[in-house]
Amino acid sequence: MSAEQSPKIVIVDESPVRAAILEEGLREAGFTQVVHIREMQSLLARIYAVDPDIIVIDLENPSRDVLEAMFQVSRAVKRPIAMFVDQSDSASIQASVEAGVSAYIVDGLKKERIKPILDLCVSRFNAFAKLQEELERTKSQLEDRKIIEKAKGILMKVKGLSEDEAYVLLRSTAMREKKKIGEIAQSIITASEMLK
Amino acid sequence: MTAPLRIGFIPLVDAAALIVAVDKGFAAAEGLEVELVREVSWSNVRDKLNIGLFDAAHLLAPVAIASSLGLGHVKVPIAAPFNLGINGNAITVAPALHAALMEEIDGDRFDPLATAKALAKVVAKRHKAGADPLTFGMTFPFSTHNYQLRFWMAAAGVDPDEDVRLVVLPPPYMVDSIKNGHVDGFCVGAPWNSIAVDLGIGHILHFGSDILAHAAEKVLAVRKVWADKQPDVVASLVRAAVKAAEFIEQAANLAETAQILAQPERIGVDAEMIQRSLTGRLKISPEGAVRESGRYLLVGREGAGRPDPVQAAWLYAQMVRWGQTALSGEALKTAMAVFRPDLYDAALGREGGGQAATTFGAFAGPAFDPRDVGGYLASFEVGRRAL
Repeated sequence: MSAEQSPKIVIVDESPVRAAILEEGLREAGFTQVVHIREMQSLLARIYAVDPDIIVIDLENPSRDVLEAMFQVSRAVKRPIAMFVDQSDSASIQASVEAGVSAYIVDGLKKERIKPILDLCVSRFNAFAKLQEELERTKSQLEDRKIIEKAKGILMKVKGLSEDEAYVLLRSTAMREKKKIGEIAQSIITASEMLK
Repeated sequence: MTAPLRIGFIPLVDAAALIVAVDKGFAAAEGLEVELVREVSWSNVRDKLNIGLFDAAHLLAPVAIASSLGLGHVKVPIAAPFNLGINGNAITVAPALHAALMEEIDGDRFDPLATAKALAKVVAKRHKAGADPLTFGMTFPFSTHNYQLRFWMAAAGVDPDEDVRLVVLPPPYMVDSIKNGHVDGFCVGAPWNSIAVDLGIGHILHFGSDILAHAAEKVLAVRKVWADKQPDVVASLVRAAVKAAEFIEQAANLAETAQILAQPERIGVDAEMIQRSLTGRLKISPEGAVRESGRYLLVGREGAGRPDPVQAAWLYAQMVRWGQTALSGEALKTAMAVFRPDLYDAALGREGGGQAATTFGAFAGPAFDPRDVGGYLASFEVGRRAL
């Protein structure tokens, strides 16, 4: 794909990590003209300056409404802009909205060219969401471990147990109460703080 | 118990009936399990409703019409069986613009025609001096905020597309934008006007109800095919919203309502500020001047909950006036069919047609007649009809 033929793609995303993941994917796929706009101040001026064929925006960005206004104006100056691939392709639209990405496409760009871009964005957005989920899980596991350590300490001190015995007690209580071990640990900490 | 419903909303006071219906248990009492999803933009609410990620939504009334007409986006017919709010907006201006307007004003400063004429003078002066045109923020191209601002300005000959700049701003960005001089004024719903006043960076120039005494603001929107398939669920939803609106309108429940709405996962602002919008008693200047209007925001009162197709016709007329679409009898019919008093009546077990159409109480222009939208629009000097 030559540089002349590559459509201009603007990525509007406040998350630098996700934007980088997107940009990298698009470049790997041969789209050479990719611009990332992070700053929401004067978003419109920046977009006008780039004059893109496609705008990819994170759904959680309130500035989506600002973009919609731009398209209204654009229509007035005879530069119609369609959203998503086309109206009939509701599966693509749904996949894209579920992934949290929205794409605005200038009319006139061929459907065959748009589909791979949108698909790529959707899969990258999903990959990013998974990454973030994993990060969250690791964080909460770490947090859990800290709480369990603290609860064990309390049990050892109050009940004169060894570390292993304290852990066994926590675990068996959790099983009996059908709760997570972290929750039992937290309630021990809360109780001990109230009894202080 | 039916399948759980997912309903989208934007954190604004006029989502009150929906939020109270869920959080106070009116929806559950109707056998509905509802998950309310807070959204950041009207585009999101519209898209998620249109593709079925939401079953229902708190939506700008003009967006429901635009969506049904396929304006600016995918065409999905919407049904609005309940009106979530009548009025509720205000026009707020920066202290500098307020001072300039007050210097030019001839007449009552609460009279929109007087302030619009003052605006025309300020605009002309700035033009002469080679200053940048004034910039006003509103929330969405298809919004009552857009139309109210335009209606107000144009009444004194200010062309909103030529003489000033109108820009879309997400409601949470309004206050920052007036603070950093990005806009000189804005039209938005509660609580954002009050927040600007409290921060000392805005004066509430007009309540939306000064411009139009009775204007449909937000609707409870569902996809038409969805409504056709399960009239019972729609009826339950409407009844829950009606009960919530009745609860909200009782003075004794004011504090509790404000508390419910103030929750961080709902509107997430001070309960006291929400109370002001609900009672229509607003601080309008940083110095503490207060203005009160029983018409500031109607949730259920004066038949506010019952959708009125004439309101939809008026909104459609605004779209034509400002060049968003061309005038067509077919489109007018489609627009009016979005507002569904029949579904409202059916839900409450009432015979339809008992209620007279509401009047708009516009401060300028002739009375609106949906049978002659062309004639109505022809009477305005300023407009951008797409023909």
